[in-house]
Amino acid sequence: MQTHFSPAQLLDPRLAEVDRILRACVHCGFCTATCPTYVLKGDERDSPRGRIYLIKDMLENGRPATAEEVGPIDRCLSCLSCTSTCPSGVDYMHLVDHARAHIEETYARPRSERLVRALIARVLPYPRRFRLALKAAALGRPFAGLLERAGLAPLAAMLRLAPHKVPPAARDGGVHAPAGPRKARVALLAGCAQQVLQPAIDAAAIRLLNRMGVEVVRVAGQGCCGALPHHMGRSEEARAFARANVRAFETAGPLDALLVTASGCGTTLKDYGHMLAGDPTFAGRAAALAGKVRDITEFLAAQDLPAAHGPGGRVAYHSACSLQHGQKVKSPPVALLRQAGFEVVEPFDPHLCCGSAGTYNMLQSELADALKTRKVDTLEALRPQMIAAGNIGCLTQIASGTALPVVHTVELLDWATGGPRPGALAEAAA
Amino acid sequence: MGDAGARPHGGPQESTAATAEESAEESAEESAQQRMHDGSHDGSRLVMPAPDAAVLARRDQIVADLARLVGADSVIAHERAMRPYESDALTAHRQLPLVVVLPATTDEVAAVLKYCHDNAIRVVPRGAGTSLSGGALPLADAVLLGMAKFTRIREIDTANRCAVVEPGVTNLGITKAVEHLGFYYAPDPSSQIACTIGGNVAENSGGVHCLKYGLTTNNVLGVELALITGEIVRLGGKHLDAGGLDLLSVIIGSEGLLGVVTEVTVRLLKKPDTARAVLVGFPTSESAGDCVAQIIAAGIIPAGIEMMDKDAIAAAEAFVNVGYPLDVEALLIIELDGPEAECAHLLDAVTAHAQACGATTLRVSQSEEERLGFWAGRKAAFPAVGRISPDYLCMDGTIPRRQLPFVLARMRELSHRHGLRVANVFHAGDGNLHPLIRYDANAPGELEAAEAFGADILRLCVEVGGVLTGEHGVGIEKRDLMPEMFDAVDLAQQLRLKCAFDDQNLLNPGKVFPTLHRCAEMGRMHVSGGALPFPDLPRF
Repeated sequence: MQTHFSPAQLLDPRLAEVDRILRACVHCGFCTATCPTYVLKGDERDSPRGRIYLIKDMLENGRPATAEEVGPIDRCLSCLSCTSTCPSGVDYMHLVDHARAHIEETYARPRSERLVRALIARVLPYPRRFRLALKAAALGRPFAGLLERAGLAPLAAMLRLAPHKVPPAARDGGVHAPAGPRKARVALLAGCAQQVLQPAIDAAAIRLLNRMGVEVVRVAGQGCCGALPHHMGRSEEARAFARANVRAFETAGPLDALLVTASGCGTTLKDYGHMLAGDPTFAGRAAALAGKVRDITEFLAAQDLPAAHGPGGRVAYHSACSLQHGQKVKSPPVALLRQAGFEVVEPFDPHLCCGSAGTYNMLQSELADALKTRKVDTLEALRPQMIAAGNIGCLTQIASGTALPVVHTVELLDWATGGPRPGALAEAAA
Repeated sequence: MGDAGARPHGGPQESTAATAEESAEESAEESAQQRMHDGSHDGSRLVMPAPDAAVLARRDQIVADLARLVGADSVIAHERAMRPYESDALTAHRQLPLVVVLPATTDEVAAVLKYCHDNAIRVVPRGAGTSLSGGALPLADAVLLGMAKFTRIREIDTANRCAVVEPGVTNLGITKAVEHLGFYYAPDPSSQIACTIGGNVAENSGGVHCLKYGLTTNNVLGVELALITGEIVRLGGKHLDAGGLDLLSVIIGSEGLLGVVTEVTVRLLKKPDTARAVLVGFPTSESAGDCVAQIIAAGIIPAGIEMMDKDAIAAAEAFVNVGYPLDVEALLIIELDGPEAECAHLLDAVTAHAQACGATTLRVSQSEEERLGFWAGRKAAFPAVGRISPDYLCMDGTIPRRQLPFVLARMRELSHRHGLRVANVFHAGDGNLHPLIRYDANAPGELEAAEAFGADILRLCVEVGGVLTGEHGVGIEKRDLMPEMFDAVDLAQQLRLKCAFDDQNLLNPGKVFPTLHRCAEMGRMHVSGGALPFPDLPRF
């Protein structure tokens, strides 16, 4: 596609990258069809091609963002379905990152929006603050309707998504050695929200890995991967998290891989090389760490899964966008579940997002609810006994819309190979 | 049946009245038109109808009126917000519309059209905006009528082997909605993931399987159509023939010039028992062309025969990684379908022809997944060329099959002369060529060179006995080449048909026809030997 950046603009490495990305786009429109917001709204502005156009116009003219661009870009889920569809190889992920950063720098959001975004950025990535907030949310839930009427829909959405009881914090720091001989050594990302909402996921992952002869290290000093602030255009905060994680995992000793059980975080960790490319002290180290990052199912698929004793059951597998589009990991989770004795079925339109998308279900609750309903309907239509996914955001989002038990893929794999029955299944059975 | 045939203008009794003399009027008409005026068309010579100053002056009122008709949320009037609508997939030409309207119901479409008709405002209909011929290019003084909210499947009727769908349903969406019942919708344009059935009807779209199963026109049984007056008419239905004049065939391929389709009844086909695709590589395009000719001459009609040249193979393989051979000059993808025994028999016959023509590689799909993989590369081939070139123009000429080696050789000469590379992707079975002229829109002069190259290719197609377009439509892209194929009498006859539906020329003006005529001009009589033809017929 033709671009109109001046030679002076192209000296800015950010704009040079934007130009390179835009020039790969041929405006064919294939991406529109698989974009969840275009499917819902039927408006070119809410399609990847339309957003690319809005971003192009805004950045070429070097003008501050306006409501005309901010609306559609805020409504983008960053599910990256478009990048799976795009034959021309347009790097939409980094394009929208630049646009978000530009919006954050140049656009004055209304007060209530600023408040909500600051609250999210200061609470969610910090497990201790988040746990406290969730406990407060339990008390605040009756006031959700009031907040909605006061024009604070995101706060109402947060209250509704908050779990009714908060599990106790896991104390799983240090090294988890396998009972038998060690076949591999990995670090496991603790992340932020998942360890508060569902510590059972990583507990299952550690049991399963140990059972397979894999030593698991939980390093101190790690934190949020940076995805949360990153998707809000708060690039510097995101880079600070990334640097802290690079430093923390460098203390882990030799690693075969850095494993992630929340695929949303995995997508960001795998991009650390790009995120810190402009930082001479961290660029190489970040790229080296990013090269070691694997989704847990990617890693497991390359190992020998222990023999399954076969609780079995019909599982509707929901492929998280960050896995299937962000990391292009599509078949390993399904293959592993089948290997572990489960009957796996996949829903109609499996490429569409469930609406979770990080903080999207708080910031864009109306669209997120529409996508949730659509996803839950297609999953329930499969008549499964349970739903499995590989990302905490999806698990929370889908669970808030169905009575079926919703579990993480590794919880099922752990259960099938000797671990306890996953909590959600035990509750459903009770 | 509706009343589309009963409209009062351009009666059939005058159908012999237009003459070549009208071409003398063209230059005067052209001076009243103007180049697209926002400067974004850099260098292109495309001339579009001059905007109506009176309409532009009333813009605020029009926007307010439209918001009343369809709701403010469905009207986009801010300049920056309209920017994503300034072109379709032919980005060489761009123009902001007067206003964008996104109706959600047939009644809203009818209300918008009636309003525009009553107020003499032009209308450009738009589907998914995947047209490669600029069919949905806006006009500065026209309402852009987007149909993307019409996404419901209204009825699946397997007993009658048809489905009733809204025009904004994607082509692939129809198949996805019925495949669990063992059915599918046959025409499959490469953009089928995104293009809509309404747009398919407008362009009479084809696809890789049209060799055996026909174009859109062979697979649509009926439409509901909103006329520019706001009247709703139905043409065809669930049956094969509606009786009377075949107006459905007039509508299919009419490129948004006759009406706006608001519902489509499509024919469904039973999914074949077996389908196998085979990849055959050749050392030259000529030998691949010979192979196609031999297969067809032997009486075999494969479900599809597609051809790609080296550049296209490389680009497509980079996207799908299905193992296309990268060391061949030409690749054929041949699909055979039907009962298993028939499929196996045809596969043997095709293999024999391929070997006789000097094929160097041959690979048969071993699973449904692999078969779909073979096609995925072909279907993504156009945009995949975006990986090796910043921009391309996709041409769409059709030639008699036996002319293929000659046309390919001439195309190579043209490529040298214009200094631009071309990647070739085409429906080899039905002679429909899609040369992708590679250029860089940021390099001064390249767009003009690409357009000149494209025009030469299409002239070549007509010269060897072919036609300007196979399936992408004329739009603006081939509009000015129409006189290469049709003389003034032919064009005038087609315009008469247009006038029968849209006497004020409000629907998608500037597309298809190289010059505009007011419908009143069509009434001029050709006086031959001092006598009017059919002097006993009443005139108006």
